[in-house]
Amino acid sequence: MINSYSFFESPILALLPFYPLLSFLLLITFAKRLSWSQASFLSIGAIGLSALSSAVMVYQLQDQDFQIITVTLWSWFSVGNAQVNVSFYLDALSSVMMMVVSGVGLLIHIYAAAYMKTDENFSRFMAYMNLFIVAMLILVLADNLVLLYLGWEGVGLCSFLLIGFWYQEKANVLAARKAFIVTRIGDTAMAIGLFMLFSALGVLNIVDVNQMAQNSWQVGNESAYWIALLLLGGAVGKSAQLPLQTWLPDAMAGPTPVSALIHAATMVTAGVYLIARMNGLFLLAPEVMQYVAWLGAFTLLLAGVAALVQTDIKRVLAYSTMSQIGYMMLALGAGAWSAGVFHLMTHAFFKALLFLTAGSVILALHHQQNLFKMGGLSKRFPIETGLFFIGLICLVALPGTSGFFSKEAIIAELWSSPTAGAGLWWCAIIGALLTSIYSCRLFFLAFLGQNREEMHKNDSVGDELSRLRLPLIFLAVLSLFGGLISLDLSSVFIANTSIIEHSKEPSWLHPVAITTPFIGIVFSWFYFKQYRRNTGKPIVESQTAFVKFCRNGLGFDTLYYSCLVRPYCWLAKVNRLDIIDQIIMLNAWYITLWHDALSALQNGKLRWYAAALGLGVVCLAGVLIGGNS
Amino acid sequence: MIITIIMIGLLISGTLAWFSEGIKVNSARWIAIYTVFGFFVFFVTSIILTPLSFNELTLLTRLPWIDSLHIEYAIALDYLSIILILLTFFLAIICILVSWQEITDKKGFYYFNLLATFAGIIGVFSATDLFLFFFFWEVMLLPMTALIAIWGHENRYFAAIKFFIFTQISSLLMLVAIIAMAYFHYSQTGRMSFFYPDWLSLNVPIEISRYIMLGFFIAFAVKLPSFPVHSWLPDAHTQAPTAGSVLLAGVLLKTGAYGLIRFVIFLFPQAATEFAPIAALLGVISILYGAKMAFAQTDFKRLVAYSSISHMGFVMLALFSFNTIAYQGAIITLVAHGLSSAALFSMAGMIYSRLHTRDLNNMGGLWSSAPRMGGFALAFAAAAFGLPGLANFVGEFLSLVGAYQVFPVTVIFATFGLVGSAIYGMVLFQRCFQGPASEEIVDLSARELVISGSLFIMLVIFGLYPNLLFSYFTQIGIN
Repeated sequence: MINSYSFFESPILALLPFYPLLSFLLLITFAKRLSWSQASFLSIGAIGLSALSSAVMVYQLQDQDFQIITVTLWSWFSVGNAQVNVSFYLDALSSVMMMVVSGVGLLIHIYAAAYMKTDENFSRFMAYMNLFIVAMLILVLADNLVLLYLGWEGVGLCSFLLIGFWYQEKANVLAARKAFIVTRIGDTAMAIGLFMLFSALGVLNIVDVNQMAQNSWQVGNESAYWIALLLLGGAVGKSAQLPLQTWLPDAMAGPTPVSALIHAATMVTAGVYLIARMNGLFLLAPEVMQYVAWLGAFTLLLAGVAALVQTDIKRVLAYSTMSQIGYMMLALGAGAWSAGVFHLMTHAFFKALLFLTAGSVILALHHQQNLFKMGGLSKRFPIETGLFFIGLICLVALPGTSGFFSKEAIIAELWSSPTAGAGLWWCAIIGALLTSIYSCRLFFLAFLGQNREEMHKNDSVGDELSRLRLPLIFLAVLSLFGGLISLDLSSVFIANTSIIEHSKEPSWLHPVAITTPFIGIVFSWFYFKQYRRNTGKPIVESQTAFVKFCRNGLGFDTLYYSCLVRPYCWLAKVNRLDIIDQIIMLNAWYITLWHDALSALQNGKLRWYAAALGLGVVCLAGVLIGGNS
Repeated sequence: MIITIIMIGLLISGTLAWFSEGIKVNSARWIAIYTVFGFFVFFVTSIILTPLSFNELTLLTRLPWIDSLHIEYAIALDYLSIILILLTFFLAIICILVSWQEITDKKGFYYFNLLATFAGIIGVFSATDLFLFFFFWEVMLLPMTALIAIWGHENRYFAAIKFFIFTQISSLLMLVAIIAMAYFHYSQTGRMSFFYPDWLSLNVPIEISRYIMLGFFIAFAVKLPSFPVHSWLPDAHTQAPTAGSVLLAGVLLKTGAYGLIRFVIFLFPQAATEFAPIAALLGVISILYGAKMAFAQTDFKRLVAYSSISHMGFVMLALFSFNTIAYQGAIITLVAHGLSSAALFSMAGMIYSRLHTRDLNNMGGLWSSAPRMGGFALAFAAAAFGLPGLANFVGEFLSLVGAYQVFPVTVIFATFGLVGSAIYGMVLFQRCFQGPASEEIVDLSARELVISGSLFIMLVIFGLYPNLLFSYFTQIGIN
């Protein structure tokens, strides 16, 4: 029934993820021997080929029955009777992801080639970016969970490499390590989930898992509950949701194109993709759906609050990413699958735009990332300001922008959803309010008012910025009009069992949802007046304990540090010498003791021997006499 | 006769190498590498050409040795031993290559010892008479001890003696078990026998087999090594010369696993099943304890040594779950760990030859001056923490999936080893290669590139196409 092809029948899909792999190998082998133009040609060309193939495949997909194409490359291994193949599965959902990864990936690569031009390890950087695209494409195209896990770990490794790209700075090294280990904790949960899944159903193929789960389990099945919960563990790690969200702000240590590609547009949404992919399973565990929704809601509020007080422009965007992924999770939890994936796509457009524009600004300011030292940038970089503004109105979801369509689609489904409800609806509204407030604060601080830092005279940044602009303009267009792309995911998602009754909803829901961002803007207009109309005097950032607490991500880092990191290090330190070894070596000590004692007796001194002999005779005599009487 | 020719050949050319070094400087290493490579090719071609099928233990040679006790010289192979012998040959070449410039003292005698150890290991993997097995077990131990004691690092005598005593005491237990089993055969059939197939057909009552199994188990658990008898390994690994560490981690530990499969699980299935929960528990403790101890180390080689303990825990857990999937996982973990730990120890040797230290505190930022070395180090560390696409992942995944069917709770704990391995793997890589540059070093030489490259390619091949191994294992399984 499903069209399953071999390599030769569908080489375009089979080769799609591997062009960047080839380019990665070439780049890493020849490294510094390649000139800038050669290296950029290779890396961008490879992604270009992937993007082109993606477009062709999306076109071909329309003609297929069931709109599904699978292609099997080779058999990887078998687990019992279940074959685990290296094969790709393309349906409406994975084609959306594939287009986002290769399309947005291509734009970011073009930007990165210009942005990183002067870095001495340019080839290495592009090599990692290519490798990341390979792993990400494998992740989204995998037809079974083990291959998905391969991509999943692969993107984690690339994220590690790219966060720590400037590895000579201690802070970057630690950020990279943190990102890898925290996500690995989630991955471990996911791995256990896979073991359970296999022992319960005996298959690991995604389609089979969803189908068999639907056929053989009732809603509320205990296995489904645990498996879904464990997969959620993997998803929260990768997507930086509570309680494994702490790595994302630190991950901003990487170069800005990395933040745009990995930590905004693609990798961090892998968790959303996983849950959407496994929708057949999650529908059987309504409690877990509720957890998903609540985790998303908490994350979006927490990240929104944290974003309000950040001083680093990239960290504001990082928290904003976290909070937008919270929306996606909220949507998934409410069963609004399509809306969640739609928001994933539009978010990829506008957040990539925001990050990259911020990157341009940061580059022009000679790596100044502190908002409080910016100000008045709209006069210096009017085009960048315009682009950033477009990104922000999408983020805030002003009517007409892509963010508006996707976010409204989510909010509209919450109130009556069986796994969400009014409470979560209000969370989403408050989140939207927070989003518009921190966005305004960011915009006012950076772009309005007067410059608060000394300007470097005779800067030739104009040239450099114009080279970076082309991909930004594409992204801006996508951000503005991406909402008009209609996604038809009905073939992928199993309709939520109970049909949502929109008729019982109060009539004020929509007006409230639409006006909320404006309320935030009006509030900020007055509340952040001093930022907006600043005259170039330094602004003192608030340093109260509460603000500091929020700025540090509401204390999660401290909590984990004292509850997990420190005990583990302490345990390692205390037992560095291996207590087991010490115990075993007691034997050696004991034997040495006897050795010393016995060799002390044989010291070659005649009078010791005579004394011992005498003592021995006396003792013997004593024993004999005592024994006789 | 294949195996006999190879073993005798290795010993003869070892002796030849010993003496020729006195006549012509540096001839020993050439003799060694030609011999090993030649016998590698010889072994592969004879296995392919022979009409025998090795789906089950196939007898190649059987000659009487000590007639009065019915001790025989019996050699047999099946796919398990063939795979392990191939691994031995491959790592033997790596061993010689890593010693190429490292060994400057008593070179002839060094290569004699190296070749004698290979001969002993091949004997262990193919002996089918238990007395002969024990003989090879000791043969492989002596030259290994010499390798540590003569060419090791600063604390080599201590490490060599510790290694020797641990192995001796445990193999003494095995000897007792072997004699008891031979005597039991005598009491049942009226004829003494050390022949493995004879023993397989015996029906040993559980009260007796329980103790005999334990004798074997302890010997192999020390060799594997498993918690709590692991502590010889960090010392031996740290102090051994690079080739010694490669050999220890790559092959010698596998003799422990091989013994567990062949002489504990197949010979005493009932007693082993009874004992399985304890063995699985030891496996899990090894996984977690090894990973935690690895994180605590500041010595490059010590860290890798503890990581070996952690990996061998997966093997123990998998073997004692008596499940076909887990069994396949154990086999591939053996091969994968052989390659990845050999690779990491070679890396340690390469770094030591440049910096003359194994202390991670004295390293850092080496990536900028040695990018290729850093790239390979990352790949090998990634193999150690089970990155999918490299061989270790397939092994660990299958081991855990299989074992989960039998010991779900234990496996959930074992899975946290994945976090532990990520921590030590990252610490190892980052402390060597990232951070501010401490020193400028020379990048990999051609010889080192061959070593690292071939190990990496093998890891990728088995990681992406493990069916290369599994195709032989369709029939065999533990029921």
